[in-house]
Amino acid sequence: MATSIARYWRETPRRYNLGGNRCQNCRTVYFPPRSVCPSCSVHRQSLGKFEPFQLSGEGEVHSFTVVHDPAEGFDMQVPYVLALVRTPEGPTLTGQVVDVAPEEVRIGLPVRATFRKLREEGPAGVIHYGYKFTPTGAPASVRPAGVRPDPPPAPGATGTARA
Amino acid sequence: MGSESEAGIVSYGAYVPRYRITPAEIGQVWGADGAGMGQSLFVHRKSVPAPDEDTITISTEALRTALARGAIDPQEIGAIYVGSESHPYAVKPTATVVAQAVGATPFLTAADFEFACKAGTAAIQTCMGLVGAGMIRYGVAIGSDTSQGAPGDALEYSASAGGAAFVLGRERVIARILRTVSYTTDTPDFWRREGQRYPSHSGRFTGEPAFFRHVTECARRMFELSGTAPADYRHVVFHQPNGKFPQRVGKQLGFSDAQMRYGLVTPYIGNTYSAAALLGLANVLDHAGPGERILVVGYGSGAGSDAFDLTTTDEIAGYDRRFGPPVQESLDHGVELSYSVYAKFRGKIRMGGA
Repeated sequence: MATSIARYWRETPRRYNLGGNRCQNCRTVYFPPRSVCPSCSVHRQSLGKFEPFQLSGEGEVHSFTVVHDPAEGFDMQVPYVLALVRTPEGPTLTGQVVDVAPEEVRIGLPVRATFRKLREEGPAGVIHYGYKFTPTGAPASVRPAGVRPDPPPAPGATGTARA
Repeated sequence: MGSESEAGIVSYGAYVPRYRITPAEIGQVWGADGAGMGQSLFVHRKSVPAPDEDTITISTEALRTALARGAIDPQEIGAIYVGSESHPYAVKPTATVVAQAVGATPFLTAADFEFACKAGTAAIQTCMGLVGAGMIRYGVAIGSDTSQGAPGDALEYSASAGGAAFVLGRERVIARILRTVSYTTDTPDFWRREGQRYPSHSGRFTGEPAFFRHVTECARRMFELSGTAPADYRHVVFHQPNGKFPQRVGKQLGFSDAQMRYGLVTPYIGNTYSAAALLGLANVLDHAGPGERILVVGYGSGAGSDAFDLTTTDEIAGYDRRFGPPVQESLDHGVELSYSVYAKFRGKIRMGGA
């Protein structure tokens, strides 16, 4: 669907860099960006008073679901985690949580935005990129620490967990 | 080539995907002695990118870490060069996406480099020139790859994924690059023709006339121009297509195991191609204090070698490494995959409707 190239391209600042905006009238942060502030008592006061605001990418899982019946293009990743991530700046974002086993995701899990491939327009089309989330401190926090002996171990004797 | 330089590394970042596979697991699929293969290559496991990772995402993560560590304003970056042999697009530069994703656009120059496994070191040299000439404040050189060997081929036991990003400049330098020297010839040891999915190589020819000749000639030229000997360096980093080649070339040149200790990362993550020597350098910098001299000799098939003579400065003592994982974490951790899941992740399975 080449028709979505323009739409994805317009959304690049928010997908790549979590670019939202902030109402200078009441300091509320929005993602995606808005042009009128619903938090201001007189909405018109916010007109023309928005400034760009980039989210830090930090957050925690507010709620999540494990997807077993994938959206188109996600069949390689089943089962995958889709979460609502609450950011310290205010907005709640929807995004995939990757580099984690679904059973390790819980409400309150600290996560951080990471840059990943979102989808491809077929083998010859454009590749879309954007934010997903990984557990903070991954991979150390998601698997028990392996120990690398010195000198190195024989092949096969590894400090890695098995998926 | 080989004059003294004013440029140096201001900051750096590394990224290695989370998944791993062992040579034993690969070997059992092809009826081969995978464990023995791993032992002879000195590769215990290799990294595997997730299905949503590629050279663009790996480069971006590595550079974001570098910018955060160095507290560098991305708008001050004047050039981004990404070296890789696995750019996601044949035409459409990786560097454009990376530049946008780190907030460096629009007033900068950007391009993709390809020189097999040494495209990243070639990018460093280009940035040294621009920074040294005062044309730009910061230049970014990235080496990043998600390399594949044909299923069952010897390369499959080592070809892996990872990336490292270096910010070069003249202020707040944590490691000054005193000199760079290159050695380049037409040597057809390894190649991939346009449109081919997997690379081809000339077997044993990749050893003596290719890797060993270029690395040793380049290193000796560096000793000659710098008036140094192996004993003058605290650390040495070679290109590392496997664990064995860099160890052997190190011994040939007269380096000890202690000098190679931090620079050798391939045994634990595989051959990350354009990132291999650079991840070794990143691991050395992770452990280095002020005043430590480092020799880096990269190698790219085709063929060429780039050598760098670096010395860490007092700045490295105050360098903030808190952002992003240290390379050591990637060497110690990971989640192992079965060959079937690895094949799925790497797109080796033909899907219906595809």
